[in-house]
Amino acid sequence: MSPELSTRAKAVLYGLLLVLCVPFVFPTWWMVTSSLKPASDIFAFPPSLFPKNPGVDAYAKVFERQPFVQQYVNSMYIAVLVTLGTLMVSSLAGYAFARIRFRGQNALFLVVLTGLLIPSEVTIVPLFQMFNKWGLIDTHWPLILVPVLGAPSVLATFIMRQFFIALPGELEEAARMDGLGRFAIFCRIALPLARPALAAVAIFTFLHSWNLYLEPIVYLSTPEMFTLPQALTQYVDAYGGPMWNVQLAAASLTALPVLAVFVVAQRQFVEGLAHTGLK
Amino acid sequence: MKTLERARSAAPPSGPGESPAGRPFWTMRRRDQLAGYLFIAPQLAGSVLFVLIPLALVFWYSFHEWNTLAGTFNPVGLDNYRQLADDPKLPGVLRATAVFSVGLVVLNLALALALAVLLNQRLRGSTAFRTFFFSPVVVSLVAWTIVWGFLLQKNGGINAGLDLIGVKGPNWLRDETWSMVSVIVVQVFKNVGLNMVLFLAALQGVPRELYEAATVDGAGRWRQFRQITLPLISPTILLTSIITVVGSLQVFAQIAVLTQGGPGDSTTVLVYYLYQQAFKFHHFGYGATLSVLLFLIVLVLTVIQWQMRKKWVFHES
Repeated sequence: MSPELSTRAKAVLYGLLLVLCVPFVFPTWWMVTSSLKPASDIFAFPPSLFPKNPGVDAYAKVFERQPFVQQYVNSMYIAVLVTLGTLMVSSLAGYAFARIRFRGQNALFLVVLTGLLIPSEVTIVPLFQMFNKWGLIDTHWPLILVPVLGAPSVLATFIMRQFFIALPGELEEAARMDGLGRFAIFCRIALPLARPALAAVAIFTFLHSWNLYLEPIVYLSTPEMFTLPQALTQYVDAYGGPMWNVQLAAASLTALPVLAVFVVAQRQFVEGLAHTGLK
Repeated sequence: MKTLERARSAAPPSGPGESPAGRPFWTMRRRDQLAGYLFIAPQLAGSVLFVLIPLALVFWYSFHEWNTLAGTFNPVGLDNYRQLADDPKLPGVLRATAVFSVGLVVLNLALALALAVLLNQRLRGSTAFRTFFFSPVVVSLVAWTIVWGFLLQKNGGINAGLDLIGVKGPNWLRDETWSMVSVIVVQVFKNVGLNMVLFLAALQGVPRELYEAATVDGAGRWRQFRQITLPLISPTILLTSIITVVGSLQVFAQIAVLTQGGPGDSTTVLVYYLYQQAFKFHHFGYGATLSVLLFLIVLVLTVIQWQMRKKWVFHES
C-alpha cells in the first residue's frame, strides 16, 4: 500500500508468503512423487519428499484397470464441445440483450437470468427423468446439452452482456452506414473486440466441464463412457479400498496437462478472469 | 445511441419482401427485432427446457411418492413435506450444510483478502506467488480431493509431518469433530485463488493518492485498510461472497470422495443427502422435495445478500 517497505518488513513478508504457499503447492508435489513410489513405500515413515525407488508401475496399472485413454478422450471432447457451444450461445444472447432492442427484451432477460438463481443440483432429479425418457442415459448428451444451453451458460451470457454494453456505439453506427446487417456487425465488429471476455468465459467453462462430477455419476454407467473425475475414483482394490498409488498416478495424469497449460499462459489466464466485468 | 436510433428509422427501404402497399415489410427495425429474437433463441430455449421446466417438475414431483425401484408413482399431497418435517436426519443435514457454508465463506474470503493484500505490496516475485496460490484452481477437483484424502489419512502425510514435530494428529476424515474441518480446508485451498484474483483486481483499482493523503493525515496502516480499502472494494466483497455462498451449497464431489457424508452424518450436506435419497435409495419424490428445500435456501440467501448491497456497498457518489 505505502510506496516503500523496509528490508525487515520485506523479509517478514517473504517468509509469510513462503509458508502460505505450502498447502497450495505441496499436495501437487506429493501427488506426483507418491505416484512414482511402489505401493509398499507409499506410507513409509519418515515420509520421503523424493521417491527412493521411482518407478512407473502405477502408471501402467492406470491403463490396465480401466479404458483410461477413452475416458481421457471423453473428458476432453466434452469440455471442448461445451466450451465452443457456450461461447456461441452466450455471445449471441449477450450481444442481443446488450445492443439490440426488441419487444419483451427485459422480461426475456429475466427468464434467462433465473438460471443464475438455480444451481443445477436443484434440477438434477427432473433432468435425469427427462433424459431417461429421451433414451439419453449413459450417453454424453446430458453433459453437453445442459451446460451449453441451461443454467451454467447463463453466467456466461451475463458476462458477455456486461462486456457488450460497454462497447462504443459509434463502431456499430459506422458499420450500419456501410450497409452491414446485424449478424455481420456481430461477427465482424463486436466479436473480435470481445476477445478478453470470450477468453475468460472459455477458461471457466472448460474448467467447469472438466471438473463435473455429480452429473457424470448420475448419467453414466459404463466405464467406456466415464469422464476423468468419475474414472479417478474407480481405482479400488477387491475390498473397495483405494489403490493409492494408482489413483495418484491417474490424478497426476489428469491434473498435470491443465496445470502445464496454466503455467505457460498464466498471465492471460489470471488477468482474463480478473477483468471479466465482474467488478 | 440517439444517433443510432435515427439512423435506424431513417434507413432506406431495402431487401426483399416488399408489402403490396409499396412500404417494405422488412424495415431495418423489423429485421433488427428478428435478429434479436434469433440471437437469444438458443439461450432462451435452453433456459425454458433445462431450467424452468425442470424447476416446475421438481415442485410437481415433490407432491408424489416415486420409487423407481418399485416402479410406483402416486400423488401423495403433502406427505413428502411431512416426511421432511419429521426426518430425523434433516436437522443434522441442515446443520452440516450451514457449518460448511459459514466456515467456507469466512475462511475463504478472509484468506483471499489477506493473500490479495500481501500480493498487492510492491514486492519482487509476487507474480510467482500469485501463480502458486492460484494453481489449485486449475487442478481438477477430484484429483485435488484425492491427494488431500491421501494426505489426511490416519497414517498419511499430514500426520507424518506432525509426528516429526511431536504432535499426534487425529484421524482427520474419520473423526466426527475433524471431518467437517478437513472438508472445508481442502475446499478453501482449492478455490481461494479465484477470489484472491478478484480482490487483487479490486485493490489495484483503489487510487494510490488516497493512501498518500491518509498517510499525510497520520492514519496508520490498519486504519487505512478499514477506512479506505474495505469501503472501496466492498462491491467485490459482495460479489465474491455471493459466488462463494451459492458455490458452498453445491459442494458434492469433495464430500463424495473424502468422507461419503460420514463419519455418522457429520458431513452429509444437503446436496449429498439429495443425491443419496434420489439416486442411491431411488426415492425421487423425496429427492425432489429436498431439491425444493435447496432452491428455497438459495433463493432466500440471494435475496438477503442483494438487499444487503444497499447497506453494505460503498458508492463513490
